[in-house]
Amino acid sequence: MKKKKILWAGIFITGFFLLILIVSFFYTPYNPNTMNGKEKFLAPCWTHWMGTDNFGRDIFSRVLAGLSTTFFVGISVTGIGAVFGTILGAFTGYFGGWLDEILMRINDALTAFPSILLALVFISILGTGKYNIILALGIIFIPSFARIVRGEFIRLKELDYVKSAKLMGAGKMRIMFVHILPNAMPALLSAITVGFNNAVLAEAGMSYLGIGVQPPDASLGKMLSEAQSFLFSAPWYVIFPGIVIILLILGFSFLSEGIGT
Amino acid sequence: MKKQLQRILFMLMVFSVTIALYGCTGGKEGEGDITESLPESNTAQNEPKKGGSIVVGIQQDLDSLDPHMIEAAGTSEVLFNIFEGLVKPDENGELVPAVASGYKISEDGTTYTFTLREGVKFHNGQPVTIEDVIYSIQRCAGRLEGQTEPLVSAYSVITEVNQVDEKTVELVLEQGNTELIGYLTAAIIPKDYTEQNTNPVGTGPFRFVSYSPQHAFVMEANEEYWGGAPYLDKVEFRIVANTDSAMLGLKSGSIDIYPYLTSDQAAELSSQMNILSGPANIVQALFLNNQVEPFQDIRVRQALCYAVNVQEIMDMIADGYGTKIGTGMFSAFHQYYREDLKDYYQTDIVKAKELLTEAGYPNGFEMTITVPSNYQFHIDTAQVLVEQLKQVGIMAKIELIEWASWLTEVYRGRNYQSTVVGLDAELAPKALMGRYQSDSTKNFVNFSDKEYDEVLIQAVNSIDMQEKIETYQRLQEILTEQAASVYLQDPAKLVAMNKELAGFVFYPVYVLDMSKVYFKAE
Repeated sequence: MKKKKILWAGIFITGFFLLILIVSFFYTPYNPNTMNGKEKFLAPCWTHWMGTDNFGRDIFSRVLAGLSTTFFVGISVTGIGAVFGTILGAFTGYFGGWLDEILMRINDALTAFPSILLALVFISILGTGKYNIILALGIIFIPSFARIVRGEFIRLKELDYVKSAKLMGAGKMRIMFVHILPNAMPALLSAITVGFNNAVLAEAGMSYLGIGVQPPDASLGKMLSEAQSFLFSAPWYVIFPGIVIILLILGFSFLSEGIGT
Repeated sequence: MKKQLQRILFMLMVFSVTIALYGCTGGKEGEGDITESLPESNTAQNEPKKGGSIVVGIQQDLDSLDPHMIEAAGTSEVLFNIFEGLVKPDENGELVPAVASGYKISEDGTTYTFTLREGVKFHNGQPVTIEDVIYSIQRCAGRLEGQTEPLVSAYSVITEVNQVDEKTVELVLEQGNTELIGYLTAAIIPKDYTEQNTNPVGTGPFRFVSYSPQHAFVMEANEEYWGGAPYLDKVEFRIVANTDSAMLGLKSGSIDIYPYLTSDQAAELSSQMNILSGPANIVQALFLNNQVEPFQDIRVRQALCYAVNVQEIMDMIADGYGTKIGTGMFSAFHQYYREDLKDYYQTDIVKAKELLTEAGYPNGFEMTITVPSNYQFHIDTAQVLVEQLKQVGIMAKIELIEWASWLTEVYRGRNYQSTVVGLDAELAPKALMGRYQSDSTKNFVNFSDKEYDEVLIQAVNSIDMQEKIETYQRLQEILTEQAASVYLQDPAKLVAMNKELAGFVFYPVYVLDMSKVYFKAE
């Protein structure tokens, strides 16, 4: 019963943000990059709901634009991580043996590094920018997915229905992706929502450090980093993007909590 | 779980209510008038007090401690306190004798005679001898054993360095040149001392104590300084990664002086610290690589000049502080500087579009502006530029790059399309104008113009003051006409200083002179 409530809360919050996101593709109150020297540092008011920043740009519009950047990065990163992680986890979990040993040790090695540090190493090789961040974070997210999927596969491949399928002569690929994978879904979905959360935070962190999204493009993390110089003179600049990140993470946390078994 | 949830929601609510309340009061309160706290002419009640130590925030790491090897302006800014040349610049932009007590330039400009000052000592206690002076000059000129090229390229015109007597040295040049004096600010260092890069020894008002890369450079008062010991006992230059950490440092009191504030930050700090303002003496520009597509076409470069609105940039990022320039020089060069060129390109979107169409880019093009990531000011400038260029259809994208990579990739490698930075200079007009000579190693914009090269040689060689001024002015005109780059401004330098301190002096060159700073007596 409790689970259900949490799930609904999660669906409600993320649904709300998705809705805003879709609207923002077609309409933002102002152009998020248009500057206006006469309207620098306006406090929140009716014309600028979240105030304006040091270039007189509308913060609400920038939060909307930043939201779509953040979503884009989050979804791409989890996408890369989940797809490759699932494939890797499925093979290693189902077949085991030396391939499993080798890949899992590499996996261990990757997880041994703090993910942000590892991402920084990739960035120093690839260079800064939105797409490089996606690539770097995507690669770093693979191991965690692989580990979860592998565990599920090891557990499920011993079950009777899999054995029956084998006896009926189903091919290995069919057993893996048609019979086992759907049953591994709940765990995977929960991992995806957690992964999305981590990706959002990682992107915010990277952009905060100035190696993610390049100015003048908006991203929630970038906005936080730009806003910190004006923490006291224009607190709304840091507060609104901050709240949006908090709510976004909260929504997805509820979602994963609700889905998880 | 439920309790936890309630707690989180409650906190969010409290949070948003606080903001709402804050929002109502409006945030303009911090925007105090900067000029109010400006006057530096505090005399009577502010008697200087001897002693004390301070921390000065600087923006980037030092690229070398060897005074003859420096490339970055930010390094010479610091080492100005450690080293001196035969002459050195004062706050009015005049050259005053330093290690030399006086000098004479022959009428035809071919011989310079310097008399050594009595009693000047190196930081290691050794007196400065004529051999040290000759060694230092030879080293700059690249004429010591094992050297292949001059460390200071202007010194290549020196043909002979003669010792006249124990106290006098004579420089002979290949031809008349009255401008070399501006370069004789190059440091005098002890002869055959090889540890200059790890333990620098000079003659300046401060003596080197320690240096830890990416962290701090510490120096202490040179009590035996010929000009009188400085007030402060110890000064630490702390390398602050970005302006935000500098702001935190200033607010918490761990940084006493920070010279690179934005106008917003200055306004925010104005109640807590003294804010001083003066020209930064740099040429800030959108530098264009004249050799790459599409900037090899003069019409495209001119179009950019027409598209950009400098006043708007200054209003946007500096509340109007700063001085617009139209060429590669700034007002500290008094008689040489062509101030009128700042209006050569009036912002004119239509004209810009016409020029682009003529050049074959009716719909604009895409370009990349590479900006060193440690200079928030240049990043902000670039952001405004991106918006302005959009109006003529040019889609610019900003790429942030580490300062060290900027030096290797952009400045030395010339592997870039455009960049926003500021250039500083010694007090010789050639220091800025020589950058555009087609074969100069400093010509990172790859500017190439035959007339320019000819006039430059004439300007450098001329010994007649009137002719010199005219030729240098012509050079600036060529730069503007050819739109070598999009010249923007000489930004204002806004300095935050601990209220207990006084004596900060602005120089027409890019230096931070700590020898005159002092704690006010109670």
